[in-house]
Formats: sequence, C-alpha cells, structure tokens
Amino acid sequence: MLSPNIILASDVEVAKPYDNVKPVEQKLNALETLWGVSALRKTLLILTLAVIWQVYASYLDNPLLFPTLSDTLTTMVDRFVDGTLPARIWTTLQVLFMGYAIGTVLAAVLTVLAINTRVGTDFLETMTAMFNPLPAISLLPLALIWFGLGASSLVFVLVHSVLWAVALNTHSGFLGVSRTLRMVGANYGLTGISYVLRILVPAAFPSILTGLKIGWAFAWRTLIAAELVFGVSSGQGGLGWFIFENRNLLDIPAVFAGLLTVIIIGLIVENLVFQTIERHTIQKWGMKE
Amino acid sequence: MMQATASAAERIAPAPAKPPLLSVDGVTLRYKTPNLLITATEDVSFTVGESDRFVLLGPSGCGKSTLLKAVGGYMAPSSGTIHINGRQVTRPGPDRMMVFQEFDQLMPWKTVLENVMFPLLVARRLPKDEAEALARQYIDKVKLTRAMDSYPHTLSGGMKQRVAIARGMAMQPDILLMDEPFAALDALTRRQMQDELLQLWEDTKFTVIFVTHSIAEAIKISNRILLLSPHPGRVKAEVVDVDKVSQTDGSAAALERDIHNLLFSNEPGHKE
Repeated sequence: MLSPNIILASDVEVAKPYDNVKPVEQKLNALETLWGVSALRKTLLILTLAVIWQVYASYLDNPLLFPTLSDTLTTMVDRFVDGTLPARIWTTLQVLFMGYAIGTVLAAVLTVLAINTRVGTDFLETMTAMFNPLPAISLLPLALIWFGLGASSLVFVLVHSVLWAVALNTHSGFLGVSRTLRMVGANYGLTGISYVLRILVPAAFPSILTGLKIGWAFAWRTLIAAELVFGVSSGQGGLGWFIFENRNLLDIPAVFAGLLTVIIIGLIVENLVFQTIERHTIQKWGMKE
Repeated sequence: MMQATASAAERIAPAPAKPPLLSVDGVTLRYKTPNLLITATEDVSFTVGESDRFVLLGPSGCGKSTLLKAVGGYMAPSSGTIHINGRQVTRPGPDRMMVFQEFDQLMPWKTVLENVMFPLLVARRLPKDEAEALARQYIDKVKLTRAMDSYPHTLSGGMKQRVAIARGMAMQPDILLMDEPFAALDALTRRQMQDELLQLWEDTKFTVIFVTHSIAEAIKISNRILLLSPHPGRVKAEVVDVDKVSQTDGSAAALERDIHNLLFSNEPGHKE
C-alpha cells in the first residue's frame, strides 16, 4: 500500500538565503527616477514651448500680431504691480464663486429630490436632457433683458452652466451606488437625508467630483466669454473685459497677459485644487476609476 | 415530511416559558422581474432559538438568500409573518445585522476601525469613546488589530469579510444574518474563516443564521440545518444536533452523504 508522503526541499535548511541571486528589489538610477516624475516632464515641455515662442516672436518682430514671451511677461508683471490685474481677477472670481455655489446647492437639492421621489427623478432627467446640450452663454442675451447689465446676469448664466453638469453626474453617481452598500445603510436604520449624506454622497463621491470638475470648467469658460461680450458691471470689469479692453487699445502684450492669466488660474484650480481633493478622498479610499 | 436524517435524535421541545428568538410562520415570498412573478419560497416555517447556529441550506433557486433578506426586513412576505422577540419584522434594522457575500459591503471611505464604529454611532448612538473601545475589542477578536487604520481597498477578501463580521458582532444584534459570507473566498481562507467563526461563537454564543449551498460548510458550522428544495423553496427537512457529529469518526461524512441524497433525490416521499 502506498501512502502519501511529504518530501521537503533538500536545501530548505542548508542554503544560505539568497546569496547567489540578485536582490529582489533594485533601485532605479537617478535619471530614471527623475524621468518618472510626470510634473518634471511636463515642465520641460512647457519650457521648450516657451523658448519656441520667444524665438519665433523675436524673428517675426511684430508686437501688434504676436508679442514675444518676455514682452507678455513684463506686461503681466506691470499690470500685477499696478493693481489692475488683481482687481480684475478678484471681480471675476467673486462672480464665479457666487454662481458656482448657487449652482451646486441647486444641484444638490434637485438630486436629493430625484433620489427620494419618482416625480423628482423625472423632473431632473427631463431638465438635464433639455438644458445640458444648451450652451450657457446662449442664455446671456436673455439674461441681460431679465436682469440687466450687471453681476446678476452673469450669475444666472453661471448657475445654468454648473447646475446641469453637477446634477447629472451626482444623480448617476447615486444610481451607481452598489446594492450591497444601500442594504448596509438600510440595515443601520438610516433613512432620508442622513442616508443620503452618510451613504450615498461618499459612495458616489467619484462621480460627484467629476461633476464638480466639469461644472467648474463650464463655468470658467462661460464666465470669461460672457465678460468679453459685456464686461463692465458696476464700473469694475473682470478678466474677460481686461482682454477685450486691451484689444481695443491695441495693447496686444496685455491681451496675451490676460489670456495667460486665464490659463494659469484654470490650471491652478484644475490641477491643484481638484487634484488635492482627489488625493485626500477617492485616491486614498481606492475609489478612483 | 419528517426528519429523515442521521441524527434522528428526538427534537427537544423548547421550554414553553421561553418563546423562540425568531419565528418564521408560513412565509411565502414573491418578487417581480420585468416580465415574471417569481415565487421564491412557499409556506416556509421555522424557529431559531438563542445561541443557535442555524443554517439555511439548499441548491441554488431554493430561495434561501431571499428568505434571509425577508428576515433582514428587505422584503415583505406576500403571506405569513416573521417575528423577532415578539415584534413583527417590517423593515431593516440594527437588531438584525447582515453580513453579505460581496466584498463591497465595507465603506471604502472609512478605515477598518471607522467601519466597525459607524453603526455603533449612528444606530446604537453610543458616545464616541465607548464605540471606539467596543469596535477595537471586536477587531481584536477577528485578529485584525494590525489593520485597524487601513482602508478596505488595501485588505484581502478574507480580511474584508472579517471586518464585516466584526462590524456585525460589535453591534451585539439579536441575530447575525450571514448571506454566504465565505462563498467568494478561496478554499483555504474559507476553511480558516469557518474555524474562526466557530471560535468566535464559543466566545460570545451569538445567534446566527447562515446561508450556504455547501453541505460540508453547513455541517461544520451549524447546530441546526434547514434543508430547502428548489423552485419554489419549500422546507424539505430539518437536521438538529448537527454539532454532535465528529469530523474524525466519519459521522460527518455520513451525514453529508445523507443530506446530499436527500437534496438530490427526485421523489419527495422517498424516505417515508
């Protein structure tokens, strides 16, 4: 009769551990490590583009059409120091935050209604289907008639640009919360608003954040465009107006400086603010798709 | 249909003074799919006493998970009643903590400790330090002390299920409802988890209803097994005193064979 037998590997006890193999982990050399940092690669890319800009513009030598990078930067610094640009940025951001905040709150109210009642769902779905494809800026003429030349028209347009994007993403995020988690929430006796806040919102946070990002992008573009159409509200224009005004004065380096400011603020919010939020939430929780 | 099992020990009638913890009386469960009305279980009755390890066993389609969801309060029976401690079950509640099969039952935005504390805070309304002490105690019990502050996505499947069990037990519910909690685990982890569950039970003697489709798992874990037949789920037999069998002298294997024959015999009256 044969019986099973366990034969131990002969060298288990004897062999010195790992003296004949390369270490399991090896450090990359310094260059490889640096090249792995995407921020560094992107900085290099931007520097290259900046050099090309400078060289081409100097070669063109026509500041009315295409000013050099150095001219643009000098103008930008000048306008910062004399206080025009900070004031313009502040005006723009004030309107932006107001519109963004109102839009987000409305979106929250709509989605909470939608998740709790059927008529709310139907309302939200119909409204997002109708208004999401409509560019917010196209409502500006109407807003000017309704609210007059002023910040309230801008806020109205901004709310419209934020609301549907955030509501749509939040709602689809809520619907995507796994059945198990919903059942866990019900198991704890959570209902109504505390169920939404404690289970649905964190569970749907990746979608909500996407909605907030898209809403921000829409709002930023819409606002700059709207300010180009009519800039002055209560005697104090925003960044869009700064660009428009300087074009009229044929101060093209200042136009470029304004555009650059728009880009930089956009980058800061998208890459710094939202990425920081992302790192501290969905990335930490392992929920990033 | 009688008890047609190896352990044909007489059922000891429960002392009349003490009503059963959970009683399910003539429960029929139906649910709708887009074009069908499906009867999951028909006229199922059973009772669960305190400190029972009660297993619902049957092939797929016998409605055992649906039955557990009904006990959990997630669906209302179309006829019959479910009572726990004399109260009728109408909705989910923290007196019946569920442990699910799916790994996503933990909240990914909370650490292990926070996950276990959360129901203590929101459902039992314990003060924070008390909840934390209790949570730590149960996390220690499931041997996850080292993972206390980890987020669920960094844990293995078995660890996630341990957290879910700790979370359920820390609430000290009337009944712990476990819906195939080890079904998604690999075979080795699964055996380990079964042993640990039994150790935990030795510690605290909690009451548990456990759904499984593995006969071996049912025998290992339970002291009572309810066998259900499929399409629709009806009670086929009840096995009592399952914990009297021994894994070493072959009685467990014999019981497993008997249950298997019973479940898969085509004639219902075959043992009569």
